[in-house]
Amino acid sequence: MPLRYIDEFRDPALARAVVARIEAAWDGPPVRVMEVCGTHTMAIARGGIRSLVSSRVALISGPGCPVCVTPDGYIDAAIALGRRDGVVLATFGDMVKVPGTASSLEKERGNGADVRIVYSPLDAVAIAVAEPGRDVVFLGVGFETTAPAIAGAILAARERGVANFSVLASVRTIPEAMAILASDPEIRIEGFLCPAHVSAIIGADAYRPLAETFRIPCVVAGFEPLDILLGLAMILAQKKTGRAAVENEYARVVTTSGNRKARDVIGRVFEKCDAAWRGIGVLPGSGLAIRAEYGAFDAAVKHDIAIPASGADTACRCGDVLKGKIAPDGCPLFGTACTPDAPVGPCMVSTEGTCAAHYKYGVQR
Amino acid sequence: MCLGIPVKVMQVDGQSAVVDVGGARREISLLLLDDVRAGEWVILHAGFAIQKMDEEEAEKTLALLRELPGAIEIH
Repeated sequence: MPLRYIDEFRDPALARAVVARIEAAWDGPPVRVMEVCGTHTMAIARGGIRSLVSSRVALISGPGCPVCVTPDGYIDAAIALGRRDGVVLATFGDMVKVPGTASSLEKERGNGADVRIVYSPLDAVAIAVAEPGRDVVFLGVGFETTAPAIAGAILAARERGVANFSVLASVRTIPEAMAILASDPEIRIEGFLCPAHVSAIIGADAYRPLAETFRIPCVVAGFEPLDILLGLAMILAQKKTGRAAVENEYARVVTTSGNRKARDVIGRVFEKCDAAWRGIGVLPGSGLAIRAEYGAFDAAVKHDIAIPASGADTACRCGDVLKGKIAPDGCPLFGTACTPDAPVGPCMVSTEGTCAAHYKYGVQR
Repeated sequence: MCLGIPVKVMQVDGQSAVVDVGGARREISLLLLDDVRAGEWVILHAGFAIQKMDEEEAEKTLALLRELPGAIEIH
């Protein structure tokens, strides 16, 4: 059956018209545009968009997959928890293959750890209710899109008195990372394709300081091919006229102020903290930590487990890939020592990782 | 990981709703979104409705696309 609000934005005939618009909008050297979000990275690779626009736009993939930027120390902490008696680890599927320093959740499962894949953090609460004798730890990894869902599950657990549920939180916020990338002269970003569903929560206005401080056009775009192409055309139109503003291609979902209620839910449960980004380092104020009053639902507090600093030392260059400094094939491990079946770095593990997308779709620069 | 899909709300019951996901019925949470009514479309992410789909804005974007020179509608 046709998928409403999806199929219309995949129409190939219209795509050709937008590509023509892109070609007409700019005649200078290709504009360096970073797509920040991993879901955009996948859509661009799947749709062959990089080559479609390469004469006008040099697309650079950014750090935007939560799984990719989660430090291996977090995976190690999760693994240590999973080895304790009576603990159930509930996680989004993307996390299962990510290597820590010595193991992964998948390997741990093979060794008898109770690791369960869930679709929603609420499913993890439901497991806790159904199995009161077990201690359920949800691996709360995500950006602003997922943060309110994680917070919502904690609120639901508190309301229902579910004492055997907690969250090992690893939540990061996007604009802070974009500011670091925007200020890096080596990357030289000339336009940002801003994430779709992060923006549904934080609102298009959240990028205003970025556009104004760094004089970089910021365009929020949906995840379908026509959304991405139209977003790129809008960035080029700004470049052409020397503007650097926030514009919104995805107005059917994203508003200027975003979802205030979801942000209130985030604010009740989480507070800002400094956060480590795999391959990038610690960025001040770029994370969300569970407030002390919800300590009973904070797995790190409840189970007294520290998240160690990252320790793996390999030739993996995910850090440079995440910052858009090299393409995946610039890494010596890409496609040889590091493949989707035997990934070394997080960019190859996550289905939305830049390396996985390049490997799967044979993306050229 | 930030994928969200447009789903149609079939029935609202307090803080939860039944939605149609490609023909299948599923219960989702409305904790993050106020004033959701049956018949509206919302974006579903990780079991929660995270934002409404503005059908008028969707039509505006499509109209803009269809007005581009060279655009041929195939639907």
